[in-house]
Amino acid sequence: MTALPDTLGGAARALASGELSSRDLVSSCLARIEAGQHLNAFVSIDAERALEAAAAADNRPAADRGPLNGLPIAVKDIFCQTGVRTTAGSRMLEHWRAPYDATVIERLAAAGAVLLGKTNMDEFAMGSSGENSYFGATRNPWNENHVPGGSSSGSAAAVAAGMVPAALGTDTGGSIRQPAAFCGLTGLKPTYGRVSRWGMIAFASSLDQAGPMAWDAADLALLLNVMAGVDHRDSTSVDEIVPDYTAGLTASVRGLRIGLPGDLLGADVNAEVRAAVDASRKVFESLGASIVPVSLPTALAGVPAYYVLAPAEASANLARFDGVRFGHRCADPQSLEDLYLRSRSEGFGAEVKRRILTGTYALSVGYYDAYYLQAQKIRRLIRDEFLAAFRNVDAILAPTTPSPAFALGEKTDDPVAMYLQDVFTIPANLAGIPALSMPAGMTDGLPLGVQLLGPHFGEGKLLQLAYAFQQATDHHLRRPGSAAA
Amino acid sequence: MAIDAEQVRRIAHLARIGLAADEADRYIDDLESILTMVERMHAVDTSGVTPLAHPIDVSQPLRPDRVTESDQRDAYQADAPAVANGFYLVPRVVE
Repeated sequence: MTALPDTLGGAARALASGELSSRDLVSSCLARIEAGQHLNAFVSIDAERALEAAAAADNRPAADRGPLNGLPIAVKDIFCQTGVRTTAGSRMLEHWRAPYDATVIERLAAAGAVLLGKTNMDEFAMGSSGENSYFGATRNPWNENHVPGGSSSGSAAAVAAGMVPAALGTDTGGSIRQPAAFCGLTGLKPTYGRVSRWGMIAFASSLDQAGPMAWDAADLALLLNVMAGVDHRDSTSVDEIVPDYTAGLTASVRGLRIGLPGDLLGADVNAEVRAAVDASRKVFESLGASIVPVSLPTALAGVPAYYVLAPAEASANLARFDGVRFGHRCADPQSLEDLYLRSRSEGFGAEVKRRILTGTYALSVGYYDAYYLQAQKIRRLIRDEFLAAFRNVDAILAPTTPSPAFALGEKTDDPVAMYLQDVFTIPANLAGIPALSMPAGMTDGLPLGVQLLGPHFGEGKLLQLAYAFQQATDHHLRRPGSAAA
Repeated sequence: MAIDAEQVRRIAHLARIGLAADEADRYIDDLESILTMVERMHAVDTSGVTPLAHPIDVSQPLRPDRVTESDQRDAYQADAPAVANGFYLVPRVVE
């Protein structure tokens, strides 16, 4: 098989020139998905409808073609989509079929995208390794004994393995950026409220946000153009102008100011990650940006605050799974109480139960002030420190993760060690600001990522910086198994 | 942070999660280590800080109170575990 374009941009050019049809592209993606089944990247593959959508895209009159016409995309199995099951990686929703499409699914489809299927994920998006799925762990295409990161594990693995040029994930505490870093991809968590959460199964509603994952910043811009914008069905989506992110990519970064947070770099960071941040700093300097120190003194308290707030919100959100209206119901319930207890006990996996119990504890009488309110106060301090920093800089450069992808099974017995993986990604969720992870190096055959964080609704500048970085470097061009790796 | 089996059982009951005996023991250790990590936030001085519930400073948008949804009961109940005559079925609650 000749090499087909593996980016959205490349695929769009091949479609526009008539060199390839959407059917060719989609058939090739389906073949790659089939060949990579051992990676466990997909929960459901929607082959028949994808081929129909590809044929429709090929036959669509030029005037009716949207910006994603005929381009194959996969979505995390947390987005409700009709005609295919929506599981959230849980036994609770193993057979559940959503009665409606999420807003982002509607928008992708309206733009002409061909949706290939639903990708594997940590159950209810709770995890940093992809190992918490009821449907089994996903493997990292760069090294199959390592995790792809989580919770958008299948989306990251599917793109990295060349099964699909781009995928959607969700990010509550790092679930787009950490797997993007572990799999050599570029991934963006937009500003809270930038993208509608309607039809996205809720984990922690004040933190959850959907975003794109792909090889490079140009592809993210293409997807964000389609995804972003207010939606009256999500009252937390914000009615803020959506710029043309693609048009903004090529602006010069000369004169932009990038903050380097000494407080974060003082954390426990692997030497290779630290070196990747340092090398990235030099690239930005060579492009004419200036580097200035910024202070984020409370950012490292983000992990403990997050592991109160996110479980507290999850314990409330997941109360809806009661075995009555949808999802798993235990066999032969003896009473309503028995129905609740056993349906939830059987339907949820260990990590989900752990977080529901943690959240219930934090919200219970006698602990609310000491845990929940203290965490919300830390949240304000962290947000205000970011806002103060962004009065002086355009973006902040930081590690995405403390280390490259760890081995499968390495951290499954130690929930706290797993939680500390999110130390660099959580602050952006608490502050509601956008953050992008992009490839910045390799170590022992595994990719390393660095993160760019920006002010609320500053996605455009992050994409512009990442695009300039990717014009000057080749980290985002490396592929698993290639000599360049 | 000391948690005992009784506390775990109480929380599990509040959350309506049934735990087997050996499962409860495992969650004692997990919750203790999670709460010990969480306690680190008490080192941060937050006196005088107002709690933040939502990261973006916008007020709740309002819209005209018009019916925009059609009746989709059958579609929504198509995936319910047990329904009859448009009702969700559960074990008898009132004798």
